[in-house]
Amino acid sequence: MRTGKGSGEGSAELLIEGVAKRFGEVAALDHVSLSVAQGELLTILGPSGSGKTTLLKVVAGFETPDAGRVLVGGADITALLPARRDIGMVFQNYALFPHLSVKANVAFPLEMRNIARAEIDRRVGEALAMVELAGYEARLPKQLSGGQQQRVALARAIVFNPRLLLLDEPFGALDRKLRETMQLEVRRLQRRLGLTTIFITHDQEEALVLSDRIAVMNKGTIQQIATTTEIYERPANDFVADFVGESNILHGTVSAPGLVALPDGRKLMVDSEAAPGAKVGLLMRPERFSGGGLNEFSGEIVEAVYLGTSFKLRIACEGGPELLVRQPARGTLPAAGTKITVGIDPEAIHVF
Amino acid sequence: MNSKGNTRRLLVAACALIYFFLMLPLLVVFPISLSSAPYMQFPPPGLSWQWYERYLDDPQWIDATWRSLYVGGATAALALALGVPLAFALVRSRFPGRALLDRLALAPLIVPTIILSVATYGLFAKLKLVGTWYGLVVAHTVLALPFVVLVLAAGLRDFDRALEQAAAGLGASRWQTLRRITLPMLRPSLVSAGLLAFISSFDEVVVALFLAGANMTLPKKMFDNIMMEIDPTIAAVSVIQILLVSVVLILIGRFGRGLRDSAR
Amino acid sequence: MTTRAWPALPALILLLVFFLFPVVRMLGFSLEGGTFDWYAKALGEGLYLRVFWNTFEIALLVTVFCLLLGYPLGFLMATTTPGWATLGFIFVLLPLWTSVLVRTYAWMVLLGRNGVFNRLLMEAGLTTDPIPLLHNFTGVLIGMVHVLLPYMVLPIYGAVRRIDPAIPAAAAGLGASGGRIFWRIYLPLTLNGIFAGSVLVFVLSLGFFITPALLGGGRVMMIAVLIEQQVREALNWPFAAALSAVLLVATFAIYALAQRFSQPETTR
Repeated sequence: MRTGKGSGEGSAELLIEGVAKRFGEVAALDHVSLSVAQGELLTILGPSGSGKTTLLKVVAGFETPDAGRVLVGGADITALLPARRDIGMVFQNYALFPHLSVKANVAFPLEMRNIARAEIDRRVGEALAMVELAGYEARLPKQLSGGQQQRVALARAIVFNPRLLLLDEPFGALDRKLRETMQLEVRRLQRRLGLTTIFITHDQEEALVLSDRIAVMNKGTIQQIATTTEIYERPANDFVADFVGESNILHGTVSAPGLVALPDGRKLMVDSEAAPGAKVGLLMRPERFSGGGLNEFSGEIVEAVYLGTSFKLRIACEGGPELLVRQPARGTLPAAGTKITVGIDPEAIHVF
Repeated sequence: MNSKGNTRRLLVAACALIYFFLMLPLLVVFPISLSSAPYMQFPPPGLSWQWYERYLDDPQWIDATWRSLYVGGATAALALALGVPLAFALVRSRFPGRALLDRLALAPLIVPTIILSVATYGLFAKLKLVGTWYGLVVAHTVLALPFVVLVLAAGLRDFDRALEQAAAGLGASRWQTLRRITLPMLRPSLVSAGLLAFISSFDEVVVALFLAGANMTLPKKMFDNIMMEIDPTIAAVSVIQILLVSVVLILIGRFGRGLRDSAR
Repeated sequence: MTTRAWPALPALILLLVFFLFPVVRMLGFSLEGGTFDWYAKALGEGLYLRVFWNTFEIALLVTVFCLLLGYPLGFLMATTTPGWATLGFIFVLLPLWTSVLVRTYAWMVLLGRNGVFNRLLMEAGLTTDPIPLLHNFTGVLIGMVHVLLPYMVLPIYGAVRRIDPAIPAAAAGLGASGGRIFWRIYLPLTLNGIFAGSVLVFVLSLGFFITPALLGGGRVMMIAVLIEQQVREALNWPFAAALSAVLLVATFAIYALAQRFSQPETTR
């Protein structure tokens, strides 16, 4: 079930091996390992404080890990100065040099590499054309809009053909519409240039839109690393299930093959080969419920919200769990207090 | 609502009076410096440039002016050369004794100038530095250092370190980052610090009183003249001094880091 | 990318050799002969005790007047439009950076027997004889308040600026009158600025030299003037050193106390 460029195929361009970093008592990174294939876009997704930014800094060379190695193209760069790593990075607030023009910003990495003037002019022109900012060369960063600033930051990060591109929450400061445009644009550019990219975000929607694969981080460890659909459909644990998308998570014990007993005595049919007696988690996405199914829940609507294309209902089941359910918006929004029955099929329940 | 407007009007009126009190001594020297009377008289009976001419024709005044200018310039240069690295170390490094050094660097602001002057005079008399312009520069640098450290430290604290990381990530060495990114971005702070150091030396009397000896600086020459006679030449010198300070303040406002920021 | 401590070294050497060492060396003179006799003289004889008391009294009065004049100014500057605030700043900073000598000279011109004030008063027929404004307590007070006022205005301005404008607005919305907003909101929230400015002005007053020397005309004796006389005229270094030590200890003690009491304010 691999989509697009999968993991492990070909050689890993970036390899992180057992990287650990402590800040005092806190383990920001607890022996993290992962690999990114040539041309792949890997998203590191996690809440703030999960260690994702520290991991990015270790890759960029702004933090030295206490243990572990970072390899790019097979070469160990763990001890290399940031300036020698050949990594392009787009910072959270872009970190454009405010006293330099757009052109001088983009030319900066080329000048640091002592490239001839004519060649610099040519490549800066190309990079600016690529991000559709030709004609803005003389402007200062503060004379640009947020989206334009971000394009400059992107042009500056790719103009020197880095081996690796790092994006540190680059869309956070943009409004929703612009953010969506920029996301698609970055993705297109990354594909076109075949840039191996690590993208950091705490926004799971963004992660799902952009990535080849997602690594979900929490408390300094990687919880799961998999393709976007796998992360969404088959999360490895409670944290991933809860952090990515809306979810209903229940816990129970397998009472017979294909049957899970909940603490309230309710039994659910599931599509799983877990052995009887095993304690399991069940994930039910709100949009997978319908009017009826093999597993039925009856209850009373506690809260109903209209979301344009759908209704979001919070249902208190009789003597049991509270469920979050999405239904296509048809007719009028049911009032709180209304009795309702919803159902879900076994194959729509993910057992972990 | 009306009473609030009245209170505000009262406040504005009171402040106008206080501003008048602040500016009055600066304003009063203008008419006196242009007086045609042979001695201090107010209001002046007529206008003339005689006091300015007397200032310009007196080699002692001109000599003192030049000395103050180059002592001030040298003080600013030395205070920047020592104070900028000091501010970097104080803001960006953690080392044992940092807090102590921080206090030591600001102490010349707190220790009464008279004590500093007498103490330095005692040492310089031993070292035969009294009456030398470079001795004065050294003592003025001690006084100017806190200004440089305060202004630069404020600039450095507001500096976004991500910009330096970005430069390093893009291939710049430490030195290149400092020269191409950090220092150009700190230029407003550097301008303010340098000009403040200059002015603090150019205006300084007490240390100069003890250390300048026969080599007068402008303030010392003024002090001696005031002690002897009240001659409107001093008014002319004062006007020149006020105009110079105004120019420096305008320069700081135009090219420096806002003085208002350092008032926090 | 952290800077190491070594860039501080040249400045440290300057401060040790040309600041700390000479001051400590001079203070050492006060213990000449291994006795505290000079301190006994400084703090024991009525004449010198009077000088300390005088200095203290002037410093206190200067602080009070600076506060009375400085608070309205700082408050207005912090609450007016940016354009007016800039003008206000110019009027505060221009005197601040003008040489103390220029200003002292100007006050001599203004306050002297034949000075501007007395001329105006006599021409207006308000007085027949010139009022003594110079070479006395009044003259020193006026001159010192003028020199030190900006040091009070700036911290108060800073304190008022730090108040979120939404807070007084909220208080007004809740029905507080202008006076109440001042007493219940602005004053408590600017206490730190008042305190910082007052300590600064008081401590600077204690060590003041030029203004009392010139405007006091030898009749108003402050501690700094006494130290200068002992060094330049009496050539009595040990006594000057003892006086300096007392002044220095008083200065540092006030700062130390001030720091203890102003802890709650966070720098950022």
